Amino acid sequence: MSRLYMARNPRVAARSLGGEMMIMSGRDSMLFTLNKTATILWQSADGTTPLDEIVELRIVPGFAVEPAQALQDAETLARELASREILQISEEPILPRNPAAGEVAPGESR
Amino acid sequence: MSNLLLPELAADVERLSLVIEIGGMPVRVQTTDPAFVAMLQNRYSGFVTSSEHAEISFDVDLTVTHFADPDAPVRVTQHKGRWTLERGDVRAEWEPASRTGRIRQTVNPYSIDAVLRIVHSLVLARQGGFLLHSASAIRNGKAFLFAGVSEAGKTTISRLAPPDATLLTDEISYVRKKDDRKHDAGYIAFGTPFTGELAKLGENVSAPIAALYLLAKGAENRIDPIPLGEAARSLLANLLFFAEDEDLVQAIFHSAFEFVSQVPVSRLTFVPDARVWELIG
Repeated sequence: MSRLYMARNPRVAARSLGGEMMIMSGRDSMLFTLNKTATILWQSADGTTPLDEIVELRIVPGFAVEPAQALQDAETLARELASREILQISEEPILPRNPAAGEVAPGESR
Repeated sequence: MSNLLLPELAADVERLSLVIEIGGMPVRVQTTDPAFVAMLQNRYSGFVTSSEHAEISFDVDLTVTHFADPDAPVRVTQHKGRWTLERGDVRAEWEPASRTGRIRQTVNPYSIDAVLRIVHSLVLARQGGFLLHSASAIRNGKAFLFAGVSEAGKTTISRLAPPDATLLTDEISYVRKKDDRKHDAGYIAFGTPFTGELAKLGENVSAPIAALYLLAKGAENRIDPIPLGEAARSLLANLLFFAEDEDLVQAIFHSAFEFVSQVPVSRLTFVPDARVWELIG
């Protein structure tokens, strides 16, 4: 079974304020407010930690949900966030394009 | 071939100019049409300065022919350091590096007004400030902003302002961040000539911003706190920003969050009478 990796899209801006994570697309100025699960995915999307590990360590313990169901829901959510260009997803680890030039895994606020 | 006519043909056409200073940023407008200059003098009275210095100089080409699609919406794009501003009634270009630009429009005061708003919004975005759909006024040395969409009450609250309040605008507030290098936190609101239904120019003065109120009409006058997230969303929804530019969109997003983390944002519910101002200042 293939694993899914996620990285934050560097072309979006993100801020956490008052317990809410908000994301704005630089491309079309769309504003998104992430729910708790989406916030966990966003915060954990370092490009190298597989989704199943994120679900096991950060989602299952906090939500009363079966691990298999949690992984399925998380994958659906990750693909939804990717379709909105908030996350990048891949079946291979997503490495920074040019660490020497400062293109590290995108942060929440640069 | 005779050159007799050349000196006359080559004579310079007199360029007339005036400087319009909004938010502390002087912009020179140059044209050959004295009637157009007179119209701008009248339109921006109180914001026209005698200063020789200008941050940006625009040459205005006035055309008698109307544009192909006068209702086309605004588009603001940037390519290789040159901004292009297009709307159904105007086309402008601006190059920040050379501080020069060109505007092509018919003789009317609205087209150049749109260009000025857009250029100011672009400059402010780089500096942590913004233009906001809101009325604003100074009372007791502090500025108060009243934001809302059309019909939210911006004009009403402006009209109800008491004599000791100085109106900055009834439509578009000019918000500039204080100088970070001086470790001076906070924001300043400036008066603008950008008017709404009240059709009354703001005073060309400024003051530190004490509060932002999100307007709502209701059965009583009251101020209610709102969560920070809602404050940020509401602020973003009321920002005046058109540029299709990822860096600037991100900059203005972060500016909105900086603002709500420094300036109190509340909901102001009001009945349309002057008693609402008892809560302000």
